[in-house]
Amino acid sequence: MIVIRCPYCHEQRTEEELTYGGEAGIARPDPNTASDGEWTDYLFMRTNTKGLHNEQWCCSAGCGQWFKVTRHTVTHEVVAVVRFDEALG
Amino acid sequence: MQRYSLANLVLQGLRKNVGWQPAWREPVPRPSYDAVIIGGGGHGLATAYYLAKEHGVRNVAVLEKGWLGGGNTGRNTTVVRSDYLFPESAAVYDWALRFYERAARELNFNIMLSQRGYMTLIYNQHQLELARHKVNYLACNGVEGEIIDLAELKRLVPLLNVSETARYPIRGAFIQRRGGTIRHDAVAWGFARAASSLGVDIIQNCEVLGFGKAGNRINSIQTSHGSIGCDVVGMAVAGHSSVIADMAGFRLPVTSHCLQAMVSEPIRPVLGTMVSSPATGVYINQTQKGELVMGSILDLYHSYGQRGTFCTIEKTITSVVEMFPVFAQTRLMRHWAGIVDVVPDSSPILGPTPVDNLFINCGWGTGGFKAIPAGGMLLAHALAVGKQHPLAEKFGLDRFRSNRLVDEGAASGIAH
Repeated sequence: MIVIRCPYCHEQRTEEELTYGGEAGIARPDPNTASDGEWTDYLFMRTNTKGLHNEQWCCSAGCGQWFKVTRHTVTHEVVAVVRFDEALG
Repeated sequence: MQRYSLANLVLQGLRKNVGWQPAWREPVPRPSYDAVIIGGGGHGLATAYYLAKEHGVRNVAVLEKGWLGGGNTGRNTTVVRSDYLFPESAAVYDWALRFYERAARELNFNIMLSQRGYMTLIYNQHQLELARHKVNYLACNGVEGEIIDLAELKRLVPLLNVSETARYPIRGAFIQRRGGTIRHDAVAWGFARAASSLGVDIIQNCEVLGFGKAGNRINSIQTSHGSIGCDVVGMAVAGHSSVIADMAGFRLPVTSHCLQAMVSEPIRPVLGTMVSSPATGVYINQTQKGELVMGSILDLYHSYGQRGTFCTIEKTITSVVEMFPVFAQTRLMRHWAGIVDVVPDSSPILGPTPVDNLFINCGWGTGGFKAIPAGGMLLAHALAVGKQHPLAEKFGLDRFRSNRLVDEGAASGIAH
């Protein structure tokens, strides 16, 4: 069971009370200048790391804020939690 | 290959069963192979079998990190069916089901196929209309399916709670009568035995660590058993596809998720058909040993942890007991998880990759087991011929760039 403390409301939430939002830090390229390959990469390709992964979670049963987490995808150990406008290491 | 038959069973019995040979050889890897297949699950072993049998490529190795069929082939809920919506999907899945129907004879291995019918319950007018729509689609695809009313449903599944006071009152069901279950390990073992007898080297406990490349081609594979040379490489590693793709230097539109399943203690035969319920989000069937096998939605966060969680047990069991109140008396025996490779359009990825001599078979998501023979046949064709089989044309990795997705999300029995 994944347990994360929300960096906004500071409450501890279990995975049942959170919503997963996929990989963090995906930047939208400029559609006017991006090539088809870059746009495909942005829309569909994912890093899908086995190990430490930067990702987005929402405190959906609590304060409703989105935040960013670094989690190990095998052990589920949460090593960093930051607000959405902060950078993960 | 020592044939399995009644005559041989009697003969070996009279000789006190000391004459049985191992089902496959355990060779030491050669320095190089014409084709190397990464992943010794059902899809990888079926690929090796078709390479050797259909294309005469017998200098083949299958590299498996753990033990044969120890990944998703041995972790699924064993259901086979082919009620897919789009013609290109139906063609692939029905090819697989038709192979399974003759597999015991072709592989000389009893896979224990039991075609007791696969049903999806219908709860309201909208689902009934969708089911009618689906039956028409299936008819166009040459796959049979029908809608049964409550009386027929009661006859087929007497323990199902169909009362008007149920939390989700049931109206009827969609059924594919050719759907059924298979002894899942037997699929891996049957293909392994047949491939090994055709000369394929199956190397277990052999993890791929990296690739040696010359230009845009892989010419050697670094493994935990040393370096192995190769002309072409096929990969069929399901949830770990992104890890192998990363070693080869490209990305995939895949996210890996944990899909859990669980099984009760064995009880007498009480549930003939496979039952899947969109309202409660579970699927359940009874094995030929008598255990109730159950599963529900996958874990929505990305994971490589091949183990389950108590919150999923709780959700699945409460749903099962809502549908079958009498099952509250049974105890849970085992609970496990496998890592599935989920793709945005819920369709497989087959064929060429950005690396010239690397071909892929992945993206089956939560439904790879039922497709094993087709997945193997199609990857073998790509490896031997160097281009897509006609059945796989719509399923190339390039479909994400050309925006021709095959959106089968709606055809899954359960919304994953």
